[in-house]
Amino acid sequence: MAKIIRRAPETAFVPQPDDDLIICRCEEVTKGDIRRVVHAGLSTTNEVKRWLRCGMGLCQGQTCQRNFQGIIARELGVSPADIGRITGRSPVRPATITTFAHEVTEQKEA
Amino acid sequence: MSIETKSASVIIVGGGIVACATAYNLAKRGMNDVIVLEKAEIGNGGSCRNAGGVRQSARDVRELPLAMYAVGKIWPTLSDELGCDVEYVQKGNLRLGLTEAHRKTLEAHVAKSTRVGLEVEMIEGDDARAICPAMSEEVLCASWCPTDGHANPLKTTLAFYQRALQMGVTFVTGVTVTGLRKVRGRVRYVDTDDGTYEADQVLLCAGYESQGIAETVGVEIPVVPRRNEVLVTEMCPHLFDVMIGVAGGEFYGGQTEHGSFVMGGNNGLEAFCSEHHDRFSTDSITAPSIARGILKYFPALEGVKIIRTWAGYYDACADVVPVIDAIPEAPGLVCAFGFSGHGFGIAPATGLALSEILLDGASHTIDVSALTYDRFAAKG
Ligand SMILES: Cc1cc2nc3c(=O)[nH]c(=O)nc-3n(C[C@H](O)[C@H](O)[C@H](O)COP(=O)(O)OP(=O)(O)OC[C@H]3O[C@@H](n4cnc5c(N)ncnc54)[C@H](O)[C@@H]3O)c2cc1C
Repeated sequence: MAKIIRRAPETAFVPQPDDDLIICRCEEVTKGDIRRVVHAGLSTTNEVKRWLRCGMGLCQGQTCQRNFQGIIARELGVSPADIGRITGRSPVRPATITTFAHEVTEQKEA
Repeated sequence: MSIETKSASVIIVGGGIVACATAYNLAKRGMNDVIVLEKAEIGNGGSCRNAGGVRQSARDVRELPLAMYAVGKIWPTLSDELGCDVEYVQKGNLRLGLTEAHRKTLEAHVAKSTRVGLEVEMIEGDDARAICPAMSEEVLCASWCPTDGHANPLKTTLAFYQRALQMGVTFVTGVTVTGLRKVRGRVRYVDTDDGTYEADQVLLCAGYESQGIAETVGVEIPVVPRRNEVLVTEMCPHLFDVMIGVAGGEFYGGQTEHGSFVMGGNNGLEAFCSEHHDRFSTDSITAPSIARGILKYFPALEGVKIIRTWAGYYDACADVVPVIDAIPEAPGLVCAFGFSGHGFGIAPATGLALSEILLDGASHTIDVSALTYDRFAAKG
């Protein structure tokens, strides 16, 4: 992660005409929501995700992550690579608690 | 972005909830000449990886003053104070037992906590099921602490951060602290991969990585990393509000306001496995172990889908409570680490205590006198 110096915003938040655009469909997070929290000090992909829940829904960011990472980077005037990505995690697709619990038996049967 | 400064009255090493809550409390007292140095991002460590338990029951009595102060005086109004809903739910904690041996373990905890004034009691399985109906008939008994609860750790950590930022604290992320140095006997320089920073006082609260930094000025506190993992499910209809722990230790967790179940645990073998502590992916055997634990107590959750799992590390201290103390041998240095897997619930109180240690030389609101750095002794 690149070095970022964070201080209280010195200027007021400036709304944009397309701020109501939905970026994360699972959790219904808009472009304006994202721009607003970046203005308030959140500065990485994970921080924004953890605050707004974008990328935390059923698809786990597979649809929206690149878009919201891009919005944050543009607001900060840095490259998307500087602010990290959300981490891909197991399971790739949702699986029931029972499936997880039976991993040993399933292995034996195979 | 204004001119860069590398000196401040206070430098805080680590950007977790302890750092953010302390920075906030310092700023509230008018001290905002503070720089927080974080190697990755705010909440990179345990602070954004934990399950959100805000618990007094089953705590070591030495850290109970922090837990009771946090629950009694800070958590109930924290959302208002920080201007953000931290999703604090105070609906109690049930610690469940399946066997007579579990009952004994729970009774011992209850006896110790009651002696120091915590409202906690033993109840039978049916009483526990009345509080949390989704539970298995196998549950024999439980300890019940009605004033315990849970909150959203992501919201809480980032809310403390944003308030401290608004109040004038500077945060620098993406900078790794490599060591401390003394000048004329006092800790003054903080060496980093971004050059040297300088401060009158340094607060070291970098989780399990603190020990390596403390060593550079000759301070050794027995803390090691200990892995713990969490799984989160899809959103489900509301089932219960209580926080759940189990005497057998298979899992702990609860249901969030959003509807997901957040359940954590370990597989019991972590201490004996080779590890890379920069690896936050999950072990193949841990989530299944947690899942079997959950089904033992909550068979009704069998069809619920897990959507994500992750790992984090406890800063495990030799006697499972943290060091929260100024170090006389290294004047200017205050240490706060070794939270041993339960530092989130007490963090709002820890932040207050640390702000007093830094500004007034001692914590006078909350008694942290049992959490000294020099309490460890060799066995022989
Ligand atoms: C899986 C899991 C579940 C948990 N569940 C609970 C629970 O239910 N209830 C509860 O009360 N507690 C729980 N805990 C414990 C709790 O999360 C921690 O005690 C608490 O977050 C500690 O906060 P902290 O600020 O001390 O440390 P951390 O949040 O770990 O912050 C330390 C920070 O220091 C940074 N850092 C490290 N080295 C350096 C360096 N050299 N230079 C600069 N920065 C550095 C790290 O990147 C990190 O951001 C859990 C922990 C884990 C891992």
